[in-house]
Amino acid sequence: MGLDIRTPIGLMFGIFGLLLAGYGLMTSGSAIYQRSLGLNVNLAWGAVLVVFGGIMLWFGWRKK
Amino acid sequence: MQHGIQLGGIDYLILVIYFLFVIGIGWVLRRYTKTSEDFFLSGRAIPAWIAGLAFLSANLGAQEMIGMAASGAKYGIATAHFYWVGAIPAMVFVGIFMMPFYYGSKARSVPEYLKLRFDEKTRGFNAISFATMTVFSSGISMYALAKLLELLLGWDFNVSLWISAAIVLAYIYLGGLTSAIYNEVLQFFLIVLGFAPLVYLGLRDVGGWNGLVAKLNTVATTNGYAPGTWSQSWRHLTSPQANPMGVEWFGMVMGLGFVLSFGYWCTDFLVVQRAMAANSMAAARRTPLIAAVPKMLFPFLIIVPGMIAIGLTYAGTSFTLPKMADGSWDYTMVIPNMLQHYFPPGLLGLGLTALMASFMSGMAGNVTAFNTVWTYDIYQSYIRKDATDAHLLWVGRMTTIFGILASVGTAYLATRFNNIMDFLQLVFAFVNAPLFATFLLGMFWRRSTGHGAFFGLLSGTVAAAVHHGLTLPQNAVAGIKGGWIVAWFSARPVHVYPSEMAQNFWTAIWAWSTCFAVTVVISLLTSRKKSDQELTGLVYSLTPRRTDDDHLPWWQRPAGFGVAVLVLAVVLNVVFW
Repeated sequence: MGLDIRTPIGLMFGIFGLLLAGYGLMTSGSAIYQRSLGLNVNLAWGAVLVVFGGIMLWFGWRKK
Repeated sequence: MQHGIQLGGIDYLILVIYFLFVIGIGWVLRRYTKTSEDFFLSGRAIPAWIAGLAFLSANLGAQEMIGMAASGAKYGIATAHFYWVGAIPAMVFVGIFMMPFYYGSKARSVPEYLKLRFDEKTRGFNAISFATMTVFSSGISMYALAKLLELLLGWDFNVSLWISAAIVLAYIYLGGLTSAIYNEVLQFFLIVLGFAPLVYLGLRDVGGWNGLVAKLNTVATTNGYAPGTWSQSWRHLTSPQANPMGVEWFGMVMGLGFVLSFGYWCTDFLVVQRAMAANSMAAARRTPLIAAVPKMLFPFLIIVPGMIAIGLTYAGTSFTLPKMADGSWDYTMVIPNMLQHYFPPGLLGLGLTALMASFMSGMAGNVTAFNTVWTYDIYQSYIRKDATDAHLLWVGRMTTIFGILASVGTAYLATRFNNIMDFLQLVFAFVNAPLFATFLLGMFWRRSTGHGAFFGLLSGTVAAAVHHGLTLPQNAVAGIKGGWIVAWFSARPVHVYPSEMAQNFWTAIWAWSTCFAVTVVISLLTSRKKSDQELTGLVYSLTPRRTDDDHLPWWQRPAGFGVAVLVLAVVLNVVFW
């Protein structure tokens, strides 16, 4: 099949990760994190998503 | 009505990006979709891991997400039996024993297998009931999504309905099954990565696993059960009175673990289609086995949030479930309300997108199964036998449009006549219950005949209806819940079950047994129309043993992999005994 699904998965989660992490940085210390027990989950989980997206992209591009 | 969740710009942005990716995948795949086999079977070119994740994701509709989280709150960890007992053994069985016949026969659908193995009428019965069922299921899925969005976000019901329908339509119309499968893989990761932080935050709030168990003991004793009923999966199944499900271990193992579970995972074209699209026999057989690994871990992602929700609700310190009008807990709100409670803007967008993804994967699974069965098993078989491949591809695309419009129609029907939906789901349950007996005898008993299969299925369906009509769950009124036959005669139900779940399990057991017995008897009384040669590749004893994977190490062989999966499932059961 002409499209390796790992590429769009990697791209999408990479973008989500950057967005969340960036938003997390901007809102650091904000009251919105009272909900998440005082943790800046946007920054932390955004970073996880960036790593996940990167791994997917690496697998998707490695073959070509 | 007050709308619980206020979405910010970042949340909308995530949602929109997701939609763009979903449609974009369809758009790219459009170029590779040239024949009907590309459209309906992905050209049988899907690698095992992709087929496996799609196999799982197609089943992971939103009713599953919302329903299993709700059951987690209502019944506790025993809900995991729907995975450990009610899915894993059947998934291993279909991979090791049945896939050689589904994939090896080159059948393009499950009804087509029935045609090859038995006869036209058996195929027709299965194809028509299955096609109708998928349209209704996808309609109910859309209805549930639009209702939830209306409740949570205050979005207009009509707008949500049409937009979600249009998106699913677009990506299936363009890329067919491949598009659906690729999106299911995307949705799988989205669901896992979108809900994992919820489990983490919930567990942290409740005081870890030990804190959860302590709070669930309060839930159990407050409701008059032994402590541990919510956190131990088997110990309280000794009698129906000892657990909130109202089920004992025998009904659980036979009804859910054997009849219902094998009937679904081994014969439902919605999931089997994903394996049929795999790129080789080995990949097709590994598909359900690969799916089984995340499947057995899903309780931690889906059921545990329900358990946390009810534990915290009883503790009364942080999260609280909403109540329904009659004062009972509204269990279906577990996932939406926990997202709202724990997720700040940003992550909230991801969580809601994951929820929406689960609705769409369920919907798309139904639509692709529907358009294949309609085109191959109904259109090509009864309407135009000499159709060219290009024509079939066109019919497939038109059927996709038709199927989605019919689902939208069903969704609107559901807004007005909820009873009709309950009634239809009941009828489908009757039709599905006996199916596995037919496949088991068809694949493993060469003497079984077309007449045997057809009348076995029919009588199994009737047996399910009769059992339902004669019995009633405790405290239920005769009607949609059962007991309607005895009600005609103003008699008392023949048997009263402790719960609806117990009644369902036993309805399935009766239907299966009747179908099995009738198929055997009628097969012995009639003669087989198909020669041994015609049945090669369709029946176990007439198919040469496969030797192509003998040189592989044990863990790459389906049998070895399957045993490893089962061992893992047993370990989980023992740990949470």
